[in-house]
Amino acid sequence: MRRAVLLLSAAFAGLLLGLGVNSSATAQDAFGVHGTLENQQDEPVAGVSITVTDAAGTEIATVQSGEDGTWAVPLEAGGDYVVTLDESTLPDGLVVRNGKPSLEVSISSDRTVLFPLDVQVVGGSPGGDEPSSGGDATEEAPGDGESSSEADTAENGENLAEIEDEGGATRAVSLLVSGLHFGLMIALAAVGLSMVFGTTGLTNFAHGDLVTFGAVMALLFNLTFGVPVWIAAIAAVILGAAFGWVQDWGLWSRLRKRGTGLVSMMIISIGVALLIRNVTLFFVGGERQRYDEFVGQKPWDFGWLVVTPKEVVTGSIALVVCIAVGIALVYTRLGKATRAVADNPSLAASTGIDVNQVVRLVWTIGGGLAAMSGVFLGISDGIKFDMGQHLLLMVFAAVVLGGLGTAFGAFVGAMLIGVFVQLSTLVIAPELKYVGALAVLIIIMLTRPQGILGRRERIG
Amino acid sequence: MDWHFVFSQALTQAIGPTMLVYALGAIGLNLQFGYTGLLNFGQAAFAAVGAYGLALAVVAFGLPFWWGILVGLACAVVLALLMGIPTLRLRADYLAIVTIAAAEIVRRLFRATVWSEHTGGSDGMRGFSDPFFALNPVPEDATWTFGFVSMESGRLTVDFGLFDLQYSHRDLWIMLIGWVLVAFFCVVLALLVHSPWGRVLKGIREDEEAVRSLGKNVFAYKMQALVIGGIIGAVAGFVFALSRANVQPDTFSTDFTFYFYVVLILGGAARIFGPVLGAALFWFLYNIFSQGLSQAITSGLIPSGAINQTQVGPLVFFLLGLGMVLLLIFRPQGILGNRRELMLDVR
Repeated sequence: MRRAVLLLSAAFAGLLLGLGVNSSATAQDAFGVHGTLENQQDEPVAGVSITVTDAAGTEIATVQSGEDGTWAVPLEAGGDYVVTLDESTLPDGLVVRNGKPSLEVSISSDRTVLFPLDVQVVGGSPGGDEPSSGGDATEEAPGDGESSSEADTAENGENLAEIEDEGGATRAVSLLVSGLHFGLMIALAAVGLSMVFGTTGLTNFAHGDLVTFGAVMALLFNLTFGVPVWIAAIAAVILGAAFGWVQDWGLWSRLRKRGTGLVSMMIISIGVALLIRNVTLFFVGGERQRYDEFVGQKPWDFGWLVVTPKEVVTGSIALVVCIAVGIALVYTRLGKATRAVADNPSLAASTGIDVNQVVRLVWTIGGGLAAMSGVFLGISDGIKFDMGQHLLLMVFAAVVLGGLGTAFGAFVGAMLIGVFVQLSTLVIAPELKYVGALAVLIIIMLTRPQGILGRRERIG
Repeated sequence: MDWHFVFSQALTQAIGPTMLVYALGAIGLNLQFGYTGLLNFGQAAFAAVGAYGLALAVVAFGLPFWWGILVGLACAVVLALLMGIPTLRLRADYLAIVTIAAAEIVRRLFRATVWSEHTGGSDGMRGFSDPFFALNPVPEDATWTFGFVSMESGRLTVDFGLFDLQYSHRDLWIMLIGWVLVAFFCVVLALLVHSPWGRVLKGIREDEEAVRSLGKNVFAYKMQALVIGGIIGAVAGFVFALSRANVQPDTFSTDFTFYFYVVLILGGAARIFGPVLGAALFWFLYNIFSQGLSQAITSGLIPSGAINQTQVGPLVFFLLGLGMVLLLIFRPQGILGNRRELMLDVR
């Protein structure tokens, strides 16, 4: 068991979202073969065809993995069978890591067969010589000589599982790059959150759901209306900005006018988050979905670094946007007004700045940036109704680390958190990397609660 | 459409085991948030360490059941101290962020595969509740009838004509303990908040600086409130774990805490019976919506194209989220609360 855990940890290493199957092959009384395709975030891989043939090549059954990622083929007699996973039915971008979509198994009792799944990587990659890594964890009948194996359903865009066999430096470089990418995605969302806090004092727990909103809008345009992803992305960003505007116009500005307390507003934002999330769940459903382009993209392999083009492109766009926002904040009139309101709303109002208009602008831009973050995350990791909720905690960590209320602090904090989360997988199990980031959040609170760039003021 | 069934289900749940979990969790939260003004968004973590403390002690370490309870309570105290020391000196919004992060850390640690041989990973644990149900005084196979109350092989039915309440003998045992606990903590809380100690707590909620200037150690009072509220949260975790006879990490997500808040705000924060009333109403509404909608779909009242059964859950939670927003905007004091007492703000 201990070895199995180690193997599992090794197999998990280096995946951006640390996705790995958990060892929960459900116990079944039936005689046959079965397995579970489920990743670390409890996201099963559904709809994958698995065919079982007997030794003579006669097909016995073809099943699809269910909503919960499980599949099972009952068998009538023991003997040798071939279990084949139809790679064409895998979600885009996933392949069987060890290049063995067929496994010969000898059946004498009910047993688990799993396939190590991974993102598509250039040919000749290592890993072929480590079949069924970590699968022992799922064995139910030890000593059976099972070739059960553990399935990593890595999200595409993250090819790092392959790199685990290579030198530590290469892996560190790749982790650094994916950390920077993740950091930029956090930054896009964090700038909006931090500016809304700076100008209104509201900690918006629904900001993560603005991220989901963007991703889902792009999904709507891309899949339902059939437009290319880049147009859908632009539309989603515009709609995200509009959504931010509408939220401030319809809800938050009115609450400010009523004099609703900040704590009440904070709890209202939780209600709004529940509302958006459940509307998304209602219309989109609980499964992870993908855009119809850029999935399973072939990465560039520089030897010392493996990176997908889409990661480079989305990262660059995010960086340019962040710099543009920064320049706008420093040099434009509205940017200066925004910083003035963030510094001291009453003083800003007394100098003739329309505070409400500035707040409206901050909500609009924040909504647009969050939507952009959502689209980009959707391109690399797929779209799910609770994606924003999970990102939100990272955004909080980034914002607190950088200093609540400062746009530049949010950017710096986001990059640090992104890189920290990725690099921490060098030493801790990837499934615990978010724990590391959240622990950093708490340590910052203990030692420097105003954050890196925050002003020293009373926050107690 | 079977209105009898819908109402029976909703009323059964409105005083049933799950409602008791939410009532207890919200009672703990009431002390922290309602009376002291601490924005604890990590109440789910207290329930989680309570439930897991019990389960781990009994299953992994083989301790007796009552030791498990003690371990769970001790874990809640330790968590409250760990959470409180860095955060209680901070402003309310910082406290909210840190407690939400701490709760997420707890959940992720419990579901980590690294020690899943002890904790069961995302599958959780079971097999710790047998000693509890062994004490069950309700016989498993009793059959009797007394007026409109009847017992058929361990299943109690209270028939009111328009609706009936039905509970298994396990539910009855959980409910007996749960209602005793709810009553006990309501009494304790009433005594506490009407004591000098409780007045200091309310003072902290209203104006921390003023209380500090009176020479009170605000940090210590906040910490005591956090610990006591956390212990009540852990008790909610016990009832939750025992009523389901298992623990699973993902049930202790941040949404769990948010529903505690819905319950508390619905009933009225800073009122002794607010959480109890809120929990009853929350589960009544939840069940009447979800059962009513499912019934309407199966009976064809709602055309099957409009919504399907899997969409009922999100729709009901959407309505609850909407209700929470509207409630906070138009009636922030809930049903029982006093509006002037709850002009909450960050200080």
